Amino acid sequence: MAKPQLVCPAGSLAALKAAVDNGADDVYLGFRNDTNARNFAGLNFDDKSLAEGVRYAHQRGRKVLAAINTYAQAGRFADWTRSVDRASALGIDAVIIADPAVLDYAAQTHPGLRRHLSVQASATSYEAINFCREKFGIQRAVLPRVLTLAQVENVIRNTEVEIEVFGFGSLCVMNEGRCWLSSYATGESPNTVGACSPAKFVQWEKKPTEMDVRLNGILIDRYGNDENAGYPTICKGRFEVAGETYYAMEEPASLNVLEMLPEIIRIGVAAIKVEGRQRSPTYVAQVTRNLRQALDAAFAAPEKFSVKPAWAAELGKVAEGSQITLGAYNRPWR
Amino acid sequence: MIDSSRIPKIPSFSLPALIARIGTRLPQFPHSVNLALALNAAKRLGVLPEETLEQIEDKRFRVTVLDTGMVADFTYRGGAFRPLWNTAGMPDLQFAAPLAAYLQMVSRQEDPDTLFFNRTLSIEGDTELGLRVKNMLDALEWPQLSWQGLRPTFLAKG
Repeated sequence: MAKPQLVCPAGSLAALKAAVDNGADDVYLGFRNDTNARNFAGLNFDDKSLAEGVRYAHQRGRKVLAAINTYAQAGRFADWTRSVDRASALGIDAVIIADPAVLDYAAQTHPGLRRHLSVQASATSYEAINFCREKFGIQRAVLPRVLTLAQVENVIRNTEVEIEVFGFGSLCVMNEGRCWLSSYATGESPNTVGACSPAKFVQWEKKPTEMDVRLNGILIDRYGNDENAGYPTICKGRFEVAGETYYAMEEPASLNVLEMLPEIIRIGVAAIKVEGRQRSPTYVAQVTRNLRQALDAAFAAPEKFSVKPAWAAELGKVAEGSQITLGAYNRPWR
Repeated sequence: MIDSSRIPKIPSFSLPALIARIGTRLPQFPHSVNLALALNAAKRLGVLPEETLEQIEDKRFRVTVLDTGMVADFTYRGGAFRPLWNTAGMPDLQFAAPLAAYLQMVSRQEDPDTLFFNRTLSIEGDTELGLRVKNMLDALEWPQLSWQGLRPTFLAKG
């Protein structure tokens, strides 16, 4: 039984260093364009900062993964292949890809570069994962956050591909790689421009007793002054349904698997991923530090493992909506 | 990069309301001048990325410290941050938070999104500009500072 790798996010060089310094095994990041699903203003890496980041991580024995995980748009396939070429030239350890055509290009052109199947590929069955192994030689697959732990175990038992699961971070409706909710309001979504609820469409409007948030003019939530806010996405908005106003799709909350770590290790998960390339180096440091300690403790003595209040408190504080959940992992129903 | 482990933990304090009541009655222009000077000093250190600075040209910013009553209005024009005399009308982007929150963010003890989620920090105006500025501040790598080195000698001896 191997200890799962801890895979942490970086939206900047400062965040990458925070991840490495606080115990990440792998750091994942994106280029400053729409080939990655966190294409936000002022975020991500140019070649200079990426080369420095790779150097910093490799000197300390850590790996850097590049997310090239949006779908190539018609007529612009070369933008995606160029990102794969850049990743290879800059010494990236693995590329995280969703689009089968981009995966095929990477396999044909850079066979020595490790390929991970992105969560955006939405592969939830071992059949889908084994297909990608056979066709594109993937070495790892990131599972969408819709499976129970028993289902994750079943996938692991039926594939030789390493399995990576999410361990901490914001949740949405988890229709990953297939969600078009943002497009209904704005015409843009992660699949097309690399961003859900692009900032240019978001308006926060503070009033004396409440704060409204609108996406392209559509009211998606209204917070009282003492209420926690969340990301301005449609899936986490409150809407009037049959005369009642409530979170009709999903509550703003963050996944946190601390209490399940011994089980996650036991079933043979290869890597645990932290969401949040859009977050600050402070978040990256806080989450990485706490998960590192918890993972080491759970691996050293799984039967004695218990969640330390300090870990839970620090992770709870940075969670979206200050709420945490085990998500689908422990749902009794299928 | 700031080594936050070497800076004392900043609690989430709030200054007495009287301070804000007095502060809001004082002239605000010196605050704008001071903040613009500090930002220009950071620019000279080379920590602010030119690419982002180009994209904030002529934008009007307001930073409000809620519990001191301090308001600073400034813009970025022609390669420098400049205080604004004329503060009529809405700025393109405004930040408002208590002093403790700004100190916690600058010392990398709190994450801006966390402070925004829990409503300690408010950001209003052009959201994309706000995200760009937030990401620029997040990406800054300050020269290594040692808190020990900043302490007066008599404290260090104690």
